[in-house]
Amino acid sequence: MATAITEAAPSRLDRTIAQLRKRAFRTPRDTAISIVVFGILAAAIWTVIDWALIGAVWSVENVDQCPQAAGACWAVIDARHRLILFGLYPYEEHWRSTLACLAIIATVILSCLPAMWSAVRLITLWIAGFAAYYLLMEGSLLGLRQVTTDQWGGLSLTLFLFASVVLLGMPMGLALALMRRSKLRLVRLVASLLIDFVRSLPLLATLFTAAVVFPILLPGWLQGDKIWRVIVAFALFFACYQAEVFRGGFQAIPKGQNEAGLSLGLGAWRTFFLIVLPQVFRHALPGTINMVVITFKETALVIIIGFFDLLASAGAAFGTGQWAPYYLEVYAFVGLIYWAFIFSLGQYGEYLKGRMTVVVH
Amino acid sequence: MDAPPPRRDTLNLRSVIIQAVLIITVVFLIVSGIRNAQHNLEVMGMTSGFGFLERATGWGYSFSLIERSVDDTYARTLSIGLMNTVFLGGLAIITTTILGFLIGTLRDAHNLALQTVAAGFVHIFRNIPLILQLVFWYAVLIHMPGQRQAYALGDMLFLSNRGLGVPTLNLDGGVVAALFLASFGLAVGLVRYWNPPRLVRLAAWLAGTAAMIWVAILMFVPEGEPLLSVPELRGLRFRGGVNISVEFLAMIIAITLYGSAYIAEVVRGGLQEVRRGLIEAGQALGLKESTIWWQIKMPMALRTIIPPLGNQWIFMMKATTIGVAIGFSDLFMLISTSITQSGQTLELIFLLVAAFVFINFSLAQIINWMNARMQLKGH
Repeated sequence: MATAITEAAPSRLDRTIAQLRKRAFRTPRDTAISIVVFGILAAAIWTVIDWALIGAVWSVENVDQCPQAAGACWAVIDARHRLILFGLYPYEEHWRSTLACLAIIATVILSCLPAMWSAVRLITLWIAGFAAYYLLMEGSLLGLRQVTTDQWGGLSLTLFLFASVVLLGMPMGLALALMRRSKLRLVRLVASLLIDFVRSLPLLATLFTAAVVFPILLPGWLQGDKIWRVIVAFALFFACYQAEVFRGGFQAIPKGQNEAGLSLGLGAWRTFFLIVLPQVFRHALPGTINMVVITFKETALVIIIGFFDLLASAGAAFGTGQWAPYYLEVYAFVGLIYWAFIFSLGQYGEYLKGRMTVVVH
Repeated sequence: MDAPPPRRDTLNLRSVIIQAVLIITVVFLIVSGIRNAQHNLEVMGMTSGFGFLERATGWGYSFSLIERSVDDTYARTLSIGLMNTVFLGGLAIITTTILGFLIGTLRDAHNLALQTVAAGFVHIFRNIPLILQLVFWYAVLIHMPGQRQAYALGDMLFLSNRGLGVPTLNLDGGVVAALFLASFGLAVGLVRYWNPPRLVRLAAWLAGTAAMIWVAILMFVPEGEPLLSVPELRGLRFRGGVNISVEFLAMIIAITLYGSAYIAEVVRGGLQEVRRGLIEAGQALGLKESTIWWQIKMPMALRTIIPPLGNQWIFMMKATTIGVAIGFSDLFMLISTSITQSGQTLELIFLLVAAFVFINFSLAQIINWMNARMQLKGH
């Protein structure tokens, strides 16, 4: 009896091996495929490791030492990381840029925690995070040296665009979604036309229009900075897609919820804000995270209309003669930054989707 | 009851007021936009209207499928831009769909090794901005060796910092286009009006296309010249064949990798929706794995796949606009160059918007047609 029990509980390693045998080496054909594919994969990973780690040079006194390296010359990052991360921001004020970036990152991480998931807390958090960023970067209100937006750049500009687009676009998206669901036909028509029109245009065309055409259409006093025009256009683009996400959320709420609220005498407004809206947010959460991820990726487009974002500063980092041959290292570094942000947000979205389906049904 | 209930009345009044305010705001925005534009253009001394389309541009650009020169009119230049966008977008749709279905199927595969590779592909290429991937591939391509040291593959393909040289049939561009159209027409005809097994139809199509190429070769290849025009190094540059420019290569590589990672996820989602029982039924009948995939899994999965796949196709068309980052002359780049050169901002933006609305609308029609076909078949 006792021996039977010890045999019945296979170790973790045994289970892994059993899994492997079942999923990779079941038939001769499977085995052949697995060996070839794993072999190629191992060779590819080894090439990357060999280039990026083993043969790499991490710091040099002089650029001339770089060509002797067998692999990557990470010294270019060592020399240029300030430019890549902070752009043309005054060198001695970089601590402000760093803190400002951390404020945005902390805001994003905090809003992933379920404890923060109430409208009031989320709104407070995002406005606080954004304000912290702006006050630190701009500086004049805190009694620091004033730095105007045209000097912002690199990762800090990318994060700024991202945060302001999400912060502005979210309420706009909700408003558009409500307009599209309105009982009033004209309101519905205006919202549908706007949403479908913006969705049929490439984002780049929208941003370009904001940068180039708005100055012609708007009176001088309303034009504002180019960066704000672009942010508003980007937020409109975000809002038109987000409105469709919210609309899906509204459709998932059974009519009875609304009727129950009304029959309890809560009134139309309180029923909407206390009963319907929280459930809409919950249903729309996976789609919203998807939109946020896409927005982060698409901020890289602003390089084309002349902003010095993370991608543009990467170009500048190897743009000057001496570091020119090391473009691979710079792109790898910047790619890794983007990848880390987008991958972790995306994985979080997947995790949430899995969790939500259990909770809701 | 001679009066309607009062509650109803106030509600109607309120809705009339809300809608009136909305419409007045929209009209006000449009009218004041037009008036501002008129005022601002007057200050700049610009004339509005589409007359500039007849003027010669006086500037060149990187890519065109047909003859071009700096003396072309704006109308012709912009048409070439539209052609480039549709050509690149169409080709990207084909490549991403093929690679996406392949990767998506591998992600759903039983074999762990295939699954791992496919998952790695998706996680890498989906999570890096498209434009970063584009400038990366462009940088890699322009750092290739010069034409004299070009990488050669079997003396047929030559990769250098000027692009990829590929062999072509020694035929005129118009003849090649006609061949493509005829082959496509044959395929459509076979699908619609002939009903033998799929393999017979495929064979008939291949044979028909081969026959057409053969006839074209007999008729149009000039006397004494070889059948294939292969790129050949003469002096400092290649002669013969066709050179695919660096810009076009970078665009197609970047969009294909990025787009297929997205399509792979769509395909995987579709395959996972197929009910387990259907596949087990196929296995119980003793069908081969490939037959189960073609006859059971794919047809069932396509119904969930097609709507999001259509969104990806539309995205691909819009994504061609980033060509401006590396100087690929798509519609957007030619429009923005025209704006700086001619100053006719509003007219050109109008053309850009109209072109994209038209492209998206046409694509949406194709997708709707495919969707309707798929849904009908099952019921």
